[in-house]
Amino acid sequence: MNAPTPLVAPPALIRTGLTGTSSNLAKVINAGLFPVCVEVSPPVGPNIEAIQREITTLKGYGDAYNVTDNQSAMVHVSSLAVSIMLKQAGMEPVVQFTCRDRNRLGIQGDMLGASVFGISTVLCLSGDHPIWGDHPQCKPVYDLDSVNLLRIARMMRDNQVFENGKQIPKKAPDFFIGAVENPFAPPYEYRPYRLAKKIVAGAQFIQTQLIFNVDRFREFMKRVVDLGLHEKIAILAGIGPVRSQKVAEYMKNEVAGMDVPDWVLKRLEGLSKEDQAKAGVDLCCEIGQQVREIEGVRGLHIMAVNWPASVPQVCDRLGLLPRPVF
Amino acid sequence: MSLRTYLQDHPTPLVWAWEATAWTLRRIKPVFARMGMERSSTIVKVPEEIVKGLLFNCQDCAQCMLHYNGMTCPMNCPKTLRNGPCGGVRLNGKCEVKPEMDCVWVKGVERSKKTPYNHEILRLNPPVDWRLKGQASWVTYSLGRDQIPTGTDIAVRYADEALEEAK
Repeated sequence: MNAPTPLVAPPALIRTGLTGTSSNLAKVINAGLFPVCVEVSPPVGPNIEAIQREITTLKGYGDAYNVTDNQSAMVHVSSLAVSIMLKQAGMEPVVQFTCRDRNRLGIQGDMLGASVFGISTVLCLSGDHPIWGDHPQCKPVYDLDSVNLLRIARMMRDNQVFENGKQIPKKAPDFFIGAVENPFAPPYEYRPYRLAKKIVAGAQFIQTQLIFNVDRFREFMKRVVDLGLHEKIAILAGIGPVRSQKVAEYMKNEVAGMDVPDWVLKRLEGLSKEDQAKAGVDLCCEIGQQVREIEGVRGLHIMAVNWPASVPQVCDRLGLLPRPVF
Repeated sequence: MSLRTYLQDHPTPLVWAWEATAWTLRRIKPVFARMGMERSSTIVKVPEEIVKGLLFNCQDCAQCMLHYNGMTCPMNCPKTLRNGPCGGVRLNGKCEVKPEMDCVWVKGVERSKKTPYNHEILRLNPPVDWRLKGQASWVTYSLGRDQIPTGTDIAVRYADEALEEAK
């Protein structure tokens, strides 16, 4: 076996001065407005009509649209491909990069690919473990963790270097870098510090896990505000309507890192199918109203899992329309 | 409770052992440097694997960060996360992938309070250099080849820098 090659000292750093301000989301945040992100789920099959349908349903309801990367560790159309379609349809995509499926080589390549298409808003996350998805037999990659992925995105933008320290030729990609945080998973006391770590690594906005347990979220935000972190980063609280009691139960029992209190299930119990859907939207709007009043929350992130048709209702009832145009 | 869990939950002797090891390794560096990392590793690996395998279920990443994480090995995490827990930790503190296993970060955060390296839990750890896998981390530590930050000055920093800047 060959000995690892000695590492050379990184070249003198270039300060590119880029901060990702070309992103529509960045513009909304920097203008001091209340940003709204909407989640877009790519289809499982190569179904271009489904993507176009989703585009027509959701266009105009958010400042940026998160395109999930193999959501729940199940094969979907790639995040980058759908992001490009969104971009061409005049919507600002947030392309997601998980550490589960690709190593640092693959991720950096895809980041450059996004940059080539003028996609500047990226979201870096670890990703659900494949054990939860449809290919539990595969090798989970996790070459990086989300914090290092954030760091790499920032290095590529700020210093025009790759992870190996080598310079990116010609010009640096301009990224507006996002991260996620789950206030509902232990160790609770460490979560705000992990957020601080992500800020150091380069995160500029954060999207939280779906909020049902508002009290827990309030505690988390109190700690974040005490530490002064809310001034360093835009926190977008994650909300989303549940379509039925079955979905809520599934989230409670089968989805990792979800905290669905029993009162949510009780609210949906014994209602007809239409009423359950209606109650789901009501619940989402109530939670949305509560979290937007919490100190430190800068915006909302709406995740309507497999139910894009509910997004216009939610946005309308929360008074989030019309969205600013820059 | 197994002896391993007991020792990790009461880490003071482990801390002493690490301090002594680190002291020795710093002094023995010229020997390792002369022999080269490969050859030193083949010798040092044997006792290291036995000791750390028994105590920490060591995964031979050769970039040991046990003392940054309350003497809990993060490479036992199914996602091998080196910078804190993922969002999938169960509400009871168990791992999302292996429901019978405690999350290494839940344990690490708890245990780090009992070590003098509590602050290190806020450290931004660089990713694993996979070329070193299978070497002895005692050698890579001694030679300063572990935890080499790549790229820029943001490679190894601490979370409280963000807190300080915020104030």
